[in-house]
Amino acid sequence: MKSTVGGNQTENLHKHEEADLAARVRALESLLLEKRLVSTDAIEKLIASYENDIGPMLGARVVARAWVDPDYKKRLLKNATAACKELGIGGMEGENMVVVENTPTVHNVVVCTLCSCYPWPVLGLPPNWYKSPQYRSKMVIEPRKALREDFHLEIGREKEVQVWDSSAEIRYLVLPERPKGTEHMTETQLASIITRESMIGVGLPTRKKKSRSRKRKR
Amino acid sequence: MNGVHDLGGMHGFGPVKIEENEPVFHAEWESILFALTHTKPAWLYNGDEFRRAIENMNPADYLAARYYERWLFMLEHYLLKKNVITKEEYEARARLYKRNPRAPLPRVYDSKCTMEALRLMREGSSTRREVHRQPKFKVGDRVLARNINPTGHTRLPRYVRGKAGTIVKAHGSFVLPDTNAHGKGENPEHVYNVRFDSKEIWGQSAEEKEVVHVDLWESYLQKP
Repeated sequence: MKSTVGGNQTENLHKHEEADLAARVRALESLLLEKRLVSTDAIEKLIASYENDIGPMLGARVVARAWVDPDYKKRLLKNATAACKELGIGGMEGENMVVVENTPTVHNVVVCTLCSCYPWPVLGLPPNWYKSPQYRSKMVIEPRKALREDFHLEIGREKEVQVWDSSAEIRYLVLPERPKGTEHMTETQLASIITRESMIGVGLPTRKKKSRSRKRKR
Repeated sequence: MNGVHDLGGMHGFGPVKIEENEPVFHAEWESILFALTHTKPAWLYNGDEFRRAIENMNPADYLAARYYERWLFMLEHYLLKKNVITKEEYEARARLYKRNPRAPLPRVYDSKCTMEALRLMREGSSTRREVHRQPKFKVGDRVLARNINPTGHTRLPRYVRGKAGTIVKAHGSFVLPDTNAHGKGENPEHVYNVRFDSKEIWGQSAEEKEVVHVDLWESYLQKP
């Protein structure tokens, strides 16, 4: 079977051309502006917020704090929404957050099989792969294999793989294990090695600053 | 409904495609659409109605559509259904912008509208509600996900129906999507996190030491 279907920008099977979609959205935008149901400044501010301010760097701050402050970690695991709020983090699609902790015997990974639920206040808007039928279909049936083959992440047999399907209004964030050899690092330095992928559960914190993308086949 | 959106456990979609350094939005129209759905038009639909509209897409279209194309389908649906815009004015306007993508837009500055949108972004809108009924289940209980096949909206994934699991967390009570998506009230219920062993769901071919946690409303569950 050719895998041409599925939510990806570069795929072929599109019903509508890009120009049609752009024209339809423009038409709605202009009509809603005329009817005073939206405003130019609201549109600009919302877009700027999710493009610049709300993203995985916020989740990384939460994780780094939990790594350096055991009391904070306890509060985070008990009530993630309240613990994030302590750092000024929260809002839409994160009204009820739960943090799940990776340990030497547990690896957690988050998916939404029914739509694309994702903790926006700590990770921003989800990447296309998270929203794709490929990811949503396979992560619950063959998580270890999918992590190995699609994300090049080998989870040892000593670990149980726990998949969290966000089927209700709870939004999940993974607390990755703090890598060995990072004992000397400050909280800010730690935040810089915490990747988005590690907080979804499909990757690990990087060992080097800024090199967020691991090498992948192809 | 037993729709194509309920993807858990399906085969044949191929490898997950990861885009390096992916932008937040892939085109301007995606970002505008995102903003439109989270300003005042958001008063037209609740989160469950949002999802239900998308699930009503033709299954082949659903799979072929880009993510934000589904949102566009949803927004068009409610704007037309609630008579905020007419089909005629919408089609005429879309033709105009197709012919001339640079045709000017009205510029409307409205600090109240902007404040409301930013407040929704910062504070969200929780569907947690207090209920005074005692929870039927507690942490540690074995439960069975009901084998039901409602034709309307539900958040009980097909792949756990009829399967047994263990309650590991009680989340409190939340608006029930099955009624809230259809204008039949919030009817809040207790929600539980249920842990299912992969072998219970997928049979003996499932790998060792794999489990799936699913959040389920109380009426989705029964005693085994």
